[in-house]
Amino acid sequence: MNRRAFLTLGTAAAAGLSMPAIAQGAPLRIGMITTLSGPGGYLGQDIRDAFQLAIEMDQGRLGGQAVQVVVEDDGLRPGQGKAIAERYLRNERIRLFTGVVFSNVLGAVAPDVLDADGIYVSPNAGPSNFAGRECHRNYYVVSWQNDSLHESAGQLANTLGYRRMSILAPNYQAGRDALTGFKRLYRGEVVQEIYTRLDQTDYAAELAQIRSARPDAVFQFHPGGLGIAFLRQYAQAGLLQTIPQCVAAPSLDSTTLAAVGDAAEGVNCTSHWNTDFDNAPSRRFVEAFRARYNRVPTYYAQQGYDTALAIGAALRQTRGSIDPAAFRTAMLRADFESTRGRFRFGPNQHPVQDWFHIRAERVGGNLALVTKGRVLENHGDAYAGQCRI
Amino acid sequence: MSVLLAEQLLNGLQFGVMLFLLAAGLTLVFGIMGVINLAHGSLYMIGAFGAALVANATGSWWLALLAGLAAAALVGMAMEFVVLRRLYARDHLDQVLATFGLILFFNQGIILLFGRQPLFVDLPSWFSGAVEIVPGVPYPSYRLLIIAVGLLVAAGLYVLIQHTRIGMLVRAGATHREMVRALGVDIRLLYTLVFGLGALLAGLAGLMAGPVYNVQVGMGEQILILTFVVVVIGGIGSVRGALFGALLVGLTDTMLRGFVPGFLRGMLPPDQADALGASLSSMGVYLLMALVLLIRPRGLFPAHG
Repeated sequence: MNRRAFLTLGTAAAAGLSMPAIAQGAPLRIGMITTLSGPGGYLGQDIRDAFQLAIEMDQGRLGGQAVQVVVEDDGLRPGQGKAIAERYLRNERIRLFTGVVFSNVLGAVAPDVLDADGIYVSPNAGPSNFAGRECHRNYYVVSWQNDSLHESAGQLANTLGYRRMSILAPNYQAGRDALTGFKRLYRGEVVQEIYTRLDQTDYAAELAQIRSARPDAVFQFHPGGLGIAFLRQYAQAGLLQTIPQCVAAPSLDSTTLAAVGDAAEGVNCTSHWNTDFDNAPSRRFVEAFRARYNRVPTYYAQQGYDTALAIGAALRQTRGSIDPAAFRTAMLRADFESTRGRFRFGPNQHPVQDWFHIRAERVGGNLALVTKGRVLENHGDAYAGQCRI
Repeated sequence: MSVLLAEQLLNGLQFGVMLFLLAAGLTLVFGIMGVINLAHGSLYMIGAFGAALVANATGSWWLALLAGLAAAALVGMAMEFVVLRRLYARDHLDQVLATFGLILFFNQGIILLFGRQPLFVDLPSWFSGAVEIVPGVPYPSYRLLIIAVGLLVAAGLYVLIQHTRIGMLVRAGATHREMVRALGVDIRLLYTLVFGLGALLAGLAGLMAGPVYNVQVGMGEQILILTFVVVVIGGIGSVRGALFGALLVGLTDTMLRGFVPGFLRGMLPPDQADALGASLSSMGVYLLMALVLLIRPRGLFPAHG
């Protein structure tokens, strides 16, 4: 079961042969525990591919230090993630970790890594418990704190002038957190708060309720396949023309957009990054990713890439050392050109960044995510105040 | 309010009809052959995959229809011939174990062949719009099609079972299996045909579900539990029971999901009302089953005398 994929980088070997050896000794090993199978498998795949792209673009190095990424699939099972982390720590003597996609897996992996004096840099999950009181000196999040995704959608709903909204999410932790996050910044009236079931396939009853409540707009958080089914049925019911949707990034990335097709046209969304960002690092990344993997990068890919850049910037200053204290000083400077533009770490080592309004629109016949403007500036998260490090 | 009620009634009817297509096959197989077939949901999945793959490859809805039905029926008959035939004389535990094994087999097989990513099928173009059932309330015409097909199938099954020779054998098989055999009927052939028919109906449900729900591994198990509830409520072995049971379950589930949270909102703070409403409505169907069994322990329309 434990399919192990040692992804030694061919370019690293090639570069090592052709160029004079700058780096000393063996490459630094980075443990990547991520979700590669199941309906959420494409998230981990994009994070992994973009992380490796950043290394390839730097000739097998990050910040001048030769690195080797060891990847393994957690199968979205916290227990499996924990087992991989323990093995990497004990047998492989890896001290620098990244990759986890889902918050429940991170909850099992991060404590083990941090207790062993390892370093964890998150390319995706940013659960609230590690952002507040339980924040840690060796725990960094490059993506976002979970709540801020949905807070930005709440702010967008204010900006777009939606006064009455129906909000929906599956009845489980992340779903309830999403609705809480949305309501934190949304100033209008929530006319309906509907909890769906995680095993639900048909949303007709909920759609009829939405139709009868006549809200100005709908916010919904349905990750992965659920969201695709929800959006398709929403469009089939003819609701998309009358009641627009205003959602956060997980409900509409470029993969779900391709799967949903025309049904997604006109959906408003918020994200910290989009493929059409007009800055040099982002253009360079999108171009390289397309050329290397022949597909459009999702924002998960962008997070994987930025995580590699952030680690690279820190390694450049420490000259390849991952001594936690030195690494922390270097890491917190965030001295890299983020693909999202402005980026810095807040007091709890989570991002402080801008959030943008994205819309699914037709560009030259094809549906694409188009950036429309800024929603929040220098936005941190609600938990930073509780963190004492 | 009455508009919402009408819409929710249609939703409940459509969900019920979908459940009926699955439950009809399940109840026939159990009533006549005495086999508990947990892998019935796999046939639903296979029908959906067959149709989705052909629809995406050729773009033809008719070819997809044929492919979905053929895939489910063929796999169903092969399943009966290879596995279930050996289980008729065994007790229910063996049957449950073997057919549970089949679920794992089919799920892993689909993953190996087509991966874990869900497939997506477009609605057939002439059913992609919406019809206004009452002015101002559009209802997806494809869901109306599902209701129509389901009711047609119910009528067809009624004619087949009540007014044909095969139907007579099926009815006889459901009540006095040994007697039918003693009269010289090739009961094995009858079993294979009945199983094929059940598989065909499951495949039909699967291929119609494709454009609305996601076509993905494990889709059969999501709906299988409710199908068993339908069979138990309707009375095991009775197609009429399956119809009424399915409509009852479909309507109950939809109505509870649609109206309980709103009703509770009048009495409790909104967030509590919504959470409680969600929990209550997901229990509702099972409460209904308990209630029916309390009053009629053999279901609404028991087939065996």
